[in-house]
Amino acid sequence: MTSSSLALRVRAPSAFRQAVVERYVPVVTMVLALIAIWYVAAVAMNWTLVRDGFEREETPYAVSDVLAGTMDAARPLLPAPHQVINAFVDGVFGYPPLAPRSLIYHSLVTLSATFLGFILGALFGIALALIIVHSRVLERSLLPWIICSQMVPVLALAPIFIVVLGAIGLQGLLPKSIISAYLCFFPIAIGMVKGFTSPDPLQVELMRTWSATPRQVLWKLRWPASVPYLFASLKVAITISLIGAIVAELPTGGEAGIGARLLAGSYYGQTIQIWAALVAAAVLASSLIGIVGLIERGVNHRMGAH
Amino acid sequence: MPLQKARMSIIGEPKPIPPTGDAVSPSSSGSSVTGAQPRRLVVDAQHISLTFETADGRVDALADVNLGVADGEFVSFIGPSGCGKTTMLRVIADLQQPTSGTLLVNGMTAENARLARSYGYVFQAPALFPWRTIEKNLKLPLEIMGFSESEQTIRAERYLAMVNLKGFERKFPWQLSGGMQQRVSIARALSFDPAMLLMDEPFGALDEIVRDHLNEQLLQLWKSMGKTVLFVTHSIPEAVFLSTKIVVMSPRPGRIIDVIDCDFPADRSLEIRETPEFLKIAQRVRNGLRAGHSYDE
Repeated sequence: MTSSSLALRVRAPSAFRQAVVERYVPVVTMVLALIAIWYVAAVAMNWTLVRDGFEREETPYAVSDVLAGTMDAARPLLPAPHQVINAFVDGVFGYPPLAPRSLIYHSLVTLSATFLGFILGALFGIALALIIVHSRVLERSLLPWIICSQMVPVLALAPIFIVVLGAIGLQGLLPKSIISAYLCFFPIAIGMVKGFTSPDPLQVELMRTWSATPRQVLWKLRWPASVPYLFASLKVAITISLIGAIVAELPTGGEAGIGARLLAGSYYGQTIQIWAALVAAAVLASSLIGIVGLIERGVNHRMGAH
Repeated sequence: MPLQKARMSIIGEPKPIPPTGDAVSPSSSGSSVTGAQPRRLVVDAQHISLTFETADGRVDALADVNLGVADGEFVSFIGPSGCGKTTMLRVIADLQQPTSGTLLVNGMTAENARLARSYGYVFQAPALFPWRTIEKNLKLPLEIMGFSESEQTIRAERYLAMVNLKGFERKFPWQLSGGMQQRVSIARALSFDPAMLLMDEPFGALDEIVRDHLNEQLLQLWKSMGKTVLFVTHSIPEAVFLSTKIVVMSPRPGRIIDVIDCDFPADRSLEIRETPEFLKIAQRVRNGLRAGHSYDE
C-alpha cells in the first residue's frame, strides 16, 4: 500500500486515473467474479430439475436446451442473477407503490417497524448504559441479564413476544418494533458503556476542579466524548433492527413486509420472489447504514474532526 | 484612551467574582511581590501525611509535610519522581485526601476551597476538549460556573489575548501546536479568576525553546495578575527562574527537605540564568536533591 501511494505521488499526471483504477477495479472484479460463480452455480443446481422436466414431458432436448432452461426456470433451486434483478426491478417499479405486490409497499411496512424499533432500542440502550456507568452495583446485577438476553435465538423468542403482546391487545406495528428493539439495544448499550467511560482521566479531574455537577459532567464531557462510540454502535444496531423487524414478521402469519414476502415465497416455492425480497432487504440495510454514516459525518464535522 | 482601556482589561485588576469566594481577601494584585507587611497564608499545611496501600505494601507518598504559602507567592516544588510533589499539589486541590494532618486552602478546608473554585489547575497535558473550539474550551469552566453568555465571551477574549492566542478562537485543539494548547489550558485555568494557579509540570512535555518562551510568559502573567502560583517541575533552572520560593522534596517517604527563598528582581529575563546568584541557588537546589537521593542507592 505504501509503495503504491509513493508511486502515485511520483507520477502525478496519471495520478487521478490511477486513483480511480485503484479504487474501483478490485470492487468491480469481485462483483463480476461473484456473478460468474453465481451463474455457474445456477446451471449446476438447476440442471437435473430442468432435465427431468424435459424427460417428464418426453420432448427431445439438446444440452443447449437444458442450459437455456437453467437460466429461466419458473421455480429454480437457485435463480440466475438476471432473474433476481428482473423480479426486484419488477417488484419496485412494476406496481403502484402501495399495491400488495409492490416491494416498495412491503419495504415501507418493514421500515416503519425498523425505525420505531431502532428508536426504542437506542433510547433503551443509552439509558441502560447510563445506569451501568453510574452504578457499580447495577453494572454487576444488570450486565449478565443483558448478555443472556442476546443468547436466546430471536427466532424462538419472536412468537412468544407476538403471542404475549397480542394477549394484552398489542398488535401490528408495536410488537414487531419491540422485537426489533430487543435485538438492537444490545450493541448500543455495550458501545455506550464504553463511550461514557472513554473521557480522559485528566478531563474528568478538570471537571472536578471546577466543581461540576454530575449532570454537567454527563452533558459537557461524557456525552460528547461518547459520540464516536454512539455512531459505531448505531450502525450495527440499525441493521440488526431491520433483521429484527423481518424476523418479527415471520410468526405473524405474514400480512405484509419483507419478512411476510420471504415467508410467502417459501410457502409457494417462489424462489425468485424470496431472492428479490432478500435483495430488497440488502438494499434497505445498506441505505440505512448509509444514512447513519451521513449523519455521523455531519456531526463529526461540527465537532471538529479532521 | 481606548488603548489604555484595552490594556487595563487585559492585565488590570481582576474584579472579584461571586463564585470564586474572594470575600476573605481583597485582591492583592496591586501590591508588589516583595511587600513588607506579613501576608495572608493561601496554603497552610500542617503535618500532612498520605499513605497508599498498594499490592507491594504501604507507600508513604507524603510524610509529615509542613508548608505555608503566602498570598502572591510563586512556589515551585522540585524533586525526583515519586517524591510526592504532584501528590502535594493534588492534596491542595482536593483531588486526593491526606491520611492525616490539617490543611487550610484560602482559609477553608481543601474541599470547600475546591467548591468555592479557589484555584485553576493546569496538568502536564493540555487536556483540551477536542470537540470544542478554542473559544468554547475557554468558556467551558465559565459555562459550568454559570457565568452569563456575554461575560463568557468577554472573558474568553480577554484571556486568549493574555496568552497571545488572539485569532485562534474558531480553531479546534488539533490545529494548534503543543505549546499553544498548553497556553490555552493556562488561559482556561485563569478564566474564572481563581485565587491560585496550581500547575503540575505544565511545560514538561514541551521542547526547551518553547519551554523557555513559556517560562518568560508565565512570569509576565504572574507579575501582572499577582496570583499565587504553585508549580511542580523537574527542572532546576525553571524552578529557580520562576519562583519566589523553592520547595525541594525527596522520595520514600515523600517529604520536604529544603525550602529556598529566591528573590530575583521582578523584571528578570532568561539571561539571569548565567549570573552567579542564580547558579548559587541552583547549586543549593541540586545539593538538596542529591542529599535526598543519597540514602536511596
